[in-house]
Amino acid sequence: MQSLRIICPNGHLGFAPLRVESFRIGVAARPDYIAADSGSCDIGPVPLGTDTSTSPLGWQTHDLEHMLLAAREIGAPMVIGSSGDTGSNSRVDLYVRIIKELAAKHRLQPFKLGYFYSELDKASLRQRMRAGEMVKGLDGRSALTEAELDATARIVAMAGVHPFIALLQRGAEVIIGGRSSDSCVFAAPAIHHGFPADQAYYLGKVLECASFCAEPYGGKETVLGEVGANKVEVTAMHPAQRCTVASVAGHAMYERSDPYYEHVAGGTLDMSRCHYEQVSERTTRITGAQFRPAAEYRVKLEGAGRVGERYVGLVGIRDPYTIAHIDDVIGWARQQVRERFGESGYELHYIVYGRDGVMRELEPMKHRPAHELCVLVQGVAATAAMAEEVCMIGTRQMFYARLPDVRGSAGSVAFALDEVMRASPACRWTVNHTLRCDDPLELFPTHLTTAGV
Amino acid sequence: MKTQKLSELAKTIRSKNAGVDLITFDVIFNDPAQYERVKKARVLTPETVARLFGIQPDRISHFVEFDPANAIKFTIARLQPSGSPGDPDVFGSQQYAPLLDIEVPV
Repeated sequence: MQSLRIICPNGHLGFAPLRVESFRIGVAARPDYIAADSGSCDIGPVPLGTDTSTSPLGWQTHDLEHMLLAAREIGAPMVIGSSGDTGSNSRVDLYVRIIKELAAKHRLQPFKLGYFYSELDKASLRQRMRAGEMVKGLDGRSALTEAELDATARIVAMAGVHPFIALLQRGAEVIIGGRSSDSCVFAAPAIHHGFPADQAYYLGKVLECASFCAEPYGGKETVLGEVGANKVEVTAMHPAQRCTVASVAGHAMYERSDPYYEHVAGGTLDMSRCHYEQVSERTTRITGAQFRPAAEYRVKLEGAGRVGERYVGLVGIRDPYTIAHIDDVIGWARQQVRERFGESGYELHYIVYGRDGVMRELEPMKHRPAHELCVLVQGVAATAAMAEEVCMIGTRQMFYARLPDVRGSAGSVAFALDEVMRASPACRWTVNHTLRCDDPLELFPTHLTTAGV
Repeated sequence: MKTQKLSELAKTIRSKNAGVDLITFDVIFNDPAQYERVKKARVLTPETVARLFGIQPDRISHFVEFDPANAIKFTIARLQPSGSPGDPDVFGSQQYAPLLDIEVPV
């Protein structure tokens, strides 16, 4: 095999639907694989903390259906990573079920369906920690403590290429992956077919976000990557998009702190010597990527824990005097919550839009508030009833705030809705760490089944 | 001294999460000459960024001038992980606005 071609129709399958026109152009190019990643930690800790998807089932099914039918039509394997936003076990099971239902619905010929799990149960991690294994922190975090582990609801480990390759070796024609590095979804087939790791991981890096490596800007369009022995070429499939030196090099820095290095389980992709070349109108060629295997096999862990139930309230403010004293208004409402519930056992958060709502402490203009403000109030507590009351007091008491010189004495804030609303539970990222493993497959059990009729 | 705003010179000015604990900022230029000009003017450095956002310089975890993409890139540590209760920008996607008005000498 001189080269291997993979199309990617979506950088986060399910989060928004793939665009069918460019996908069909990509399929008509007869790629060897159709692959996409379906997860991200960008969506915050709630989906992992509560074991849910943020992507609607209809959109997940839409993309899986287009990809599955195309893959079976042209006889190309289909590979999905980080199923259902988080890659937890329940999300893998969900995608396996969707694939089986789609295969039955369309009466597809039987095919081998491989899947693997990525969840790491707390008891087993605790055991490793007590046996002396240090769970190292990333991005300035200290090593994981048992207290933080106690606060964690669910942990997923970030797979590298290994479970994908293991399933390809067993003949899987469709793979549904648990949490995995997005580049490995594409690197795995390339390595499986004997292409060098240098090119394979770069192929993954450039394809992972679909058309984000193309210009003009437009997400969810299909791109095609071709890997050879010493180069990678990437081509935009949408007629109005192009993969240029600027768009491809620019993508290398997207969503990451360091544009030159990409760390995955088992090593690091070094892009510092990459050379980019426009080889045709819509295609850029990349040479010079290098993959450096790690001395120690470490897997990234992501974990989220539930902080409490959550309610939200909204108020508006127009009186300039009240705007100038918004912190006193909030202080008054906080005091009323304190008198009812004490100092602790709940959280009460105020986001003041029109002053520093979006940027908080980073806002340079926080001393020049707008002529009207909107305040989002969040009450968090162990039970829904308490969260509701915390939020209700914290919202409604803004109406009764006592400001010494205010002219309006019939209510300090405006309500569009005189109620508080249940929101998703409040969660937080408790684990952003790495764990050493002896065997690249030990955290990722693989399974093979059959779908179709 | 005559100046131009960074938003008139750069093609892309954006911010986004880089993992759950960091927000990364990209300023990308179409024209290599404009990129070099902004680099030389020293208007976008760890010090100017710290001053602009009102933070201690040690919250800037990375600062890179990325020549292959004609881009300047820096990363700021969050005080709380993304999406913690009260976090107003779960994706970190609206933190770049103060960069738009940076004055670059002509």
